[in-house]
This record gives sequence, C-alpha cells and structure tokens, in this order.
Amino acid sequence: MEKMPRWADVALIPILNLIIAFALSALVILAIGEDPVAAVKMMVTGALGSTYGWGYTLYYTTNFIFTGLAVSIAFQAAMFNIGGEGQAAMGGLGVALVCLYIPFPHWALALVFAMAGGALFGAFWAAIPAYLQAKRGSHIVITTIMFNFIAASLLNYLLVNVLRPQGSMDPASARFPEPTRLPTFQDMFSTAENVMFRGTPANVTFFIALLACVGVYFLMWRSRLGYEIRAFGKNPAASIYAGISPFKLTMIAMLISGGLSGMMSINNTMGESERLIMNSVEGAGFIGIAVALMGRNHPFGVLLAAFLFGFLYQGGGELALWTKIPRELITVIQAFVIMFTGALDNMVRMPVERMFIRAAKRREG
Amino acid sequence: MNVENTQGQPETVAPAIELRGISKAFGPVQANKDISIRVMPGTIHGIIGENGAGKSTLMSILYGFYKADAGTILINGQETQIPDSQAAIAAGIGMVFQHFKLVENFSVLENVVLGAEEGEMLRPSLAKARKLLKELADEYELHVDPDKLVEDLGVGMQQRVEILKALYRQADILILDEPTGVLTPAEADHLFRILEGLRAQGKTIILITHKLREIMEITDTVSVMRRGEMTATVKTKDTNVEELAELMVGRKVLLRVDKKPATPGDTVLEVKDLRMVDDHGVERLKGIDLHVKAGEILGIAGVSGNGQSELLKVLGGFANGTGEIRINDDPIDLTGKHSDGRSRRERGISHVPEDRQHLGLIMDFTAWENLAFGYHHAPEYQKNKLLMDNAGMIETAQGEMDRFDVRPPNPMLSAKNFSGGNQQKIVLAREIERNPDLLLVGQPTRGVDIGAIEFIHQRIIDLRDQGKAILLVSVELEEILSMSDRIAVMFDGHIMGERLPAETDEKELGLLMAGVTDTKGAA
Repeated sequence: MEKMPRWADVALIPILNLIIAFALSALVILAIGEDPVAAVKMMVTGALGSTYGWGYTLYYTTNFIFTGLAVSIAFQAAMFNIGGEGQAAMGGLGVALVCLYIPFPHWALALVFAMAGGALFGAFWAAIPAYLQAKRGSHIVITTIMFNFIAASLLNYLLVNVLRPQGSMDPASARFPEPTRLPTFQDMFSTAENVMFRGTPANVTFFIALLACVGVYFLMWRSRLGYEIRAFGKNPAASIYAGISPFKLTMIAMLISGGLSGMMSINNTMGESERLIMNSVEGAGFIGIAVALMGRNHPFGVLLAAFLFGFLYQGGGELALWTKIPRELITVIQAFVIMFTGALDNMVRMPVERMFIRAAKRREG
Repeated sequence: MNVENTQGQPETVAPAIELRGISKAFGPVQANKDISIRVMPGTIHGIIGENGAGKSTLMSILYGFYKADAGTILINGQETQIPDSQAAIAAGIGMVFQHFKLVENFSVLENVVLGAEEGEMLRPSLAKARKLLKELADEYELHVDPDKLVEDLGVGMQQRVEILKALYRQADILILDEPTGVLTPAEADHLFRILEGLRAQGKTIILITHKLREIMEITDTVSVMRRGEMTATVKTKDTNVEELAELMVGRKVLLRVDKKPATPGDTVLEVKDLRMVDDHGVERLKGIDLHVKAGEILGIAGVSGNGQSELLKVLGGFANGTGEIRINDDPIDLTGKHSDGRSRRERGISHVPEDRQHLGLIMDFTAWENLAFGYHHAPEYQKNKLLMDNAGMIETAQGEMDRFDVRPPNPMLSAKNFSGGNQQKIVLAREIERNPDLLLVGQPTRGVDIGAIEFIHQRIIDLRDQGKAILLVSVELEEILSMSDRIAVMFDGHIMGERLPAETDEKELGLLMAGVTDTKGAA
C-alpha cells in the first residue's frame, strides 16, 4: 500500500483543511472581541436559514460552479488558467451584445443564444493565451493574468464610450429588453400566498450550472476527448507517442475552459443585473481556482466546493451587515479557506498520508 | 611511501581520487555495488559502460549529489567527506555535466564568476575573472569571447565555458560526463586537445563515456562498469577495442528461446536513406537503409545512444525525418500532417517504446485506460458518437490481462502499482493484440524479471510465427542474438553491417558496435 484510501483523499482531507481554516478564523474573531459561536450561527442563518439566504447562496454558487469547472478542465490538461476573471468579463460582453441587439420572443430562446454568446466570447479570450502557449511557449499563467487586465480595460472603454446609453451617467449598458429576463427562483417557486426567494438573484442559470457539471463529468470521464485531455495532462510525452497533438489539445482544453468561464455571465449579467456593468465578475474567476483545487478537479467536488464558497460569500455578507465584525474580516475567513484547501493542502495531506501508511504497515505486521 | 598499485608498478604519489567500496541503492535497484577505483594524478582516466551501468551515479556521489550507502572517498590520499557540491568544489573537483548548467542570458564572464564572486561588488571579481580567463585561454586553447551571451554560443563553446567555470574554481580534478554526446567530430577533437593540454599541466581528468573510440584515443587508464559493478581497470595501452567491448557488454547465461527457423515472406518495412536531426541540431540518423520481411525478426544491436531510439521515434511517428519509409510497398508520410503516432497505428505499425514508464504508459491511468492508449479511436472502444464504451473497455482489458498473464489481473489498478515486468506486459498486450503488420519493440526486457523475460520473448516469437514483421532494438547482445533472424548493428547513426546470428558472435558484433567495420581483419 503506497497511498491512503480514496475516501480519505476526497473527504477527510478537505474536511480537516476546513476545520483548521475555521479554527483560525474563530481565533481571529475572538481576537477582535467578538463571539465566534454567535458569528457561525449568524452565518448559517444568514446563508441557509431562509429562502432569502438560499437565494443568494445559490446565486453565488452558480457563479463559482462555472468558474470552478473552467479551472478544473484546464488543470486536467496541466494548465493553470488564471484568466477566469477576464474570460467571464468578456463572456458578459457576449451576453450583453446578444441580449441588446437580437430581438427575442421568449427568454428560453434568449438563454440559448446568450449561452452561446457568452461561451464564444469567453472561449475567444482564452484562445489567444492558449495559442501563445501552444505555439510560442508563452506561459499560460502570465498571459491569462495579463488578459484579465486587458479585458477589464476593454470593458471599461466599451461601457464608457460605446455601450453607455446617451445621457446616462452610469458606465453600464442599457437595460436588456424584457423578453430576455430570466425566471428567478422567486418566479419559479413562489405561490400566491407564499412568496419565496423574495428579491434574490438566484435564477434558472443554477440549473444550467448543474447540467454543466453533468456535462463536464461525461466529457472528462466518458468521452474520447476527455480521455485525451487527461492523458495529455498527466504525461505529454506519452501523448505524443499515442498520436495526440499537443497543440490541438492545448487549444481545445482552453477553449472549453474559457467557454465555461464565459457562460458564468448568463447568471450575473443576464440573470442578475440585466445589463452589463463594470466589474460584474467580482472575483468569481479567482474563487474558481480555489473551488477547483478543493473539488479535486472533479465536477461533483466542484459543485460541493462552489456551494461552500457560496455559503461563505452570503454568510459573510450577513455577518458584515449585522455584527461589528468588519467586512474585511470576511475576506480573511475566505482567504483562510482558500489557503488551507488550496495552497497549503500538502501541509495536512503529508502527515495524514504517513499516518495511513504506518497503520497499513502495522496491519501487515 | 612505496605502495604497489594494481598494475604492479611502484607508486610514490597518492591517487588524486580513490574510492573504496562505494555502494548505492535506489530502492531495490543497486546502482553501485562495492566500487573501488584509484585515479592517479595527471592522467586521463576513462570510465565506460552502457547507459544504466552506474557511471553517472558514481560520479554524482563523488560530486556530492548523492550520499553513498557505504564506502569512503579519498582525495589526494586524505579521507574526505563530500556531503554537497560545495564540498566537492572545495576539494578541487570540477564537473562538466552532459546537460550544461549555464545561465543562458548571462555573458560568459558572468557565468564563470557566478557563485564564486568575491566581495560585495561585482566589478573586481569580473575584472579578475577576465584576466584569468585570458590566461586559461592561452594556456589550454580554451578561447571563448568573455562578453558573449551564452545563448549565442554553440554547444561546443558552451562546453568550454563549463570547463572554464571548473578551472576558475581551481579544480585539479575534472569530471566530464559524456562530453562528446552533443559535439560534432571536429569539436570533439578540439575538446580532446584541450584535455591533453590540461593533463600536461598536471590536472586529473575523469572521462565518462560509452564510446570506445574516445577511450582508446585519449585515456591513460580505463575502468569498465557493468550493471553497477566495476568489472575491470586496465591501462589503455594494454587493451584493445574488442576486449573493452566484451567487458562492457559482458557475458551471461544465454536465455533459451525456443524458436523455429523463420519463414520470411514479402517485405513489410523498407527504409531508404532515413535521416533525422534532433532538437539540438545534431544529426542522429545519417542515412539508414534496412528492410524487414513478414515473419522475421530484425534485431538492431548497438551501444545505446547511437541512433536506435531516434530510429524507433521516426518509425513510430513521433519525430520527423527525411528519406523514405514504405509499409507493404506504400510510402508513409515522414513530416506532414499524417506523421504522428495515430496515423502509424492506422497503417498497421505497433510500437512497444523503449521507455515504457515515460512513453508507453500513463502511470496515473488505470490498466484498462492504458490498454486502450493510442488505440482509443478504435471503433470497438466507442459506445456511440459521443462517448467511449468504458464498460466494454474494462472487459476487453480483462481479457488481454488474462491472456498476457498480467499480475494482478485487475484492470482498475493504476499502472504505477504494477511491477516493471507486468507494466511491460500491459504495453505488449496492447500493441500485440492489435494484430499489427509491423511491431517495433525497444528494449523489451529492460528492468524486467527473468520469468517475465521468457514470457515476453515467447510472445514476440509467436507474433513472428503468425507472419508479422518485427523490428527489435536492444542493447542486450544476448537478447539480439537469441531473438533475431537477422542482425543489423548501429553505430553513430549508421548501420555498420548486417549479420546472421548463426554466423556471428558477440565479439564481432561488439567490434561493429564500436564502429570497426573491418571485423575480419581485427578478429
């Protein structure tokens, strides 16, 4: 036995990581003179205690599912796509153009076209760094980071100079026409006497995100392309021996990754703000990296991790709103979670692994 | 002090380097076994042996990269601990690696000084180095423009910078690891002149190589390593190429291979004037002509590094070449869009690569995923247009593992959890079960236990008896002799000659492998 059982890898270690992160967060909360137990209660009730809380939690979760899946696919091909932020922003542009300039009779049709528009623009934004990596060897981490800035500047320019309706002081596009409005959870689940998810942004995109998880699962573990992506990511030299083109694989993996990031914008741009605004992605692209790391690059893991971060976002927001705990501290808690589940994963993994191996050796005598 | 050395001559000086009983194991692999060697000062001492014989490990111990499990190191008669390369440098040892360790966008001068700067300011060190560099250049024909960037220099020049680096650190003992591997013959000759100059100044040089010609040309003493052991140390003038070849390749009990005489049919593979230049611009194949018929095994013998790997790569479709390759009299694409592993497989060429862990398998993939690897486009693996038939693939894999006696026969296990022999059986099963017209096999039994060797050999012979063409590349002469129906010997990118196994022996092949064509006269 050379390694620990699978359940420890996929469940025990993430849970241990989380416990450490929360324990440290509790210490920080204690240090500023607040009550950590009350804070946890507040976060749980705020995020999951009402349909209102759920409406926000699931909205954030939807964003993180898309960006998490995007990062995970690039990871499987041994590429670190840090450009989710820019790809999602460009996806927003694609969605906005579709919604603003194509007249739709029904939201469902608009959704299909907006998905295509968002994915196309996101994929395009990933394609350039992918090409530079595959042909010129420019490191994808550097180029995707830089493309985040280019995307932000480009959108800035477009919103101020091109898409801003005449006379508006707000650097944002015009409101999308009514037929493109996606049904929110409130529309879908409320009854005449009982309004649920009141005023929350969670919308039908959540189900698209769930479908995307299933789709990515089949793509990566059931299709030939996924087989090639995983093979290429694990052993590029052997892949060339097998006749897999590194150029083609790099491009395809990054196009899918960028496309998924871009599709996030049907949630925030089409579903929530209903117009294209500045900085619409709000860091979801970066959270996607933590989500993919914590989710072990598996769609199901990504779903769970995205939900955890959705909870942290919404619960943290509530905490800032109702207690004296400052908003910055919420960022600290999120940072702890990212740090322990992502960057410092090996710190917990190594001793636990050694423990399992020792135990196995003892059993063998 | 008067001590008798191994050659029975009186000796008044202590050896520059003496190793006593050095052993080093990596896991179950014994890389060095009880090695003792004395290198006299002011001599060039060659160490030869095939790849994997343990030469590099031994030198890494001497240079402080590895710690020996047992044994002592004496420098100039003093027992010395070498825990790291700093200690080696302090002891006067300089190393020129096969892969240079230079900062490409630094100038020659900066590279030489790097790590040996004196004081806080760089300028005095650079001025001092410039002066010293000029002296060294005049003394040893080591001319390099000190202000040129290393990335603008050719390979031979870069190697000189490495030598200068060592000399700048006042190395008295210089170790060169396969120094001519990347050089043209003219550059190699120049290097030898430099080494002779260094020897004349009293420096001690250890030359690691697998090229016999170099040993004969330049060394004073030569030590032969084989399978982690030092098998002999002799004066170069008292030996000859044949003897060294034999010592290097060694003799062991011939593995018995049961095979009927071959009944060759039509020509399956025909190669004409095949050439290949590697990424460093070095020509690795210099006009190869060969053919393999249906129902025969052509064995390619040769010391590794003489172009066999490149031949397999070009034939297998993952390196470009020029010339002509025909399969069943149909030319195949050597550089274009259809020159990749997949197109080759579609043309009926299967390939068991030399390095199964690096090329043949994906260690993190399960056995069933590996058993489809490269053939994953095959229609029988597809469930429908979109998805692969995972369940079917597992079932197919189970059958293949049973037929090839892969242990444990569990398709869900990762490749890395199988032993070397069983990993090789997985690769072999995958390639043979495809029923190819031509099977390329590189080092089929490297790192494989005896039991599996027989099994693997038998499977290859069975395939031959089904009328398939087989090209076998191996550095194990006895494997070549017992398996092949014809033997071609490769040396320095050329085919030196072809022999029938019944009409040749290890001695003659060894000479051909050393680049000697006139085997009748020499033998």
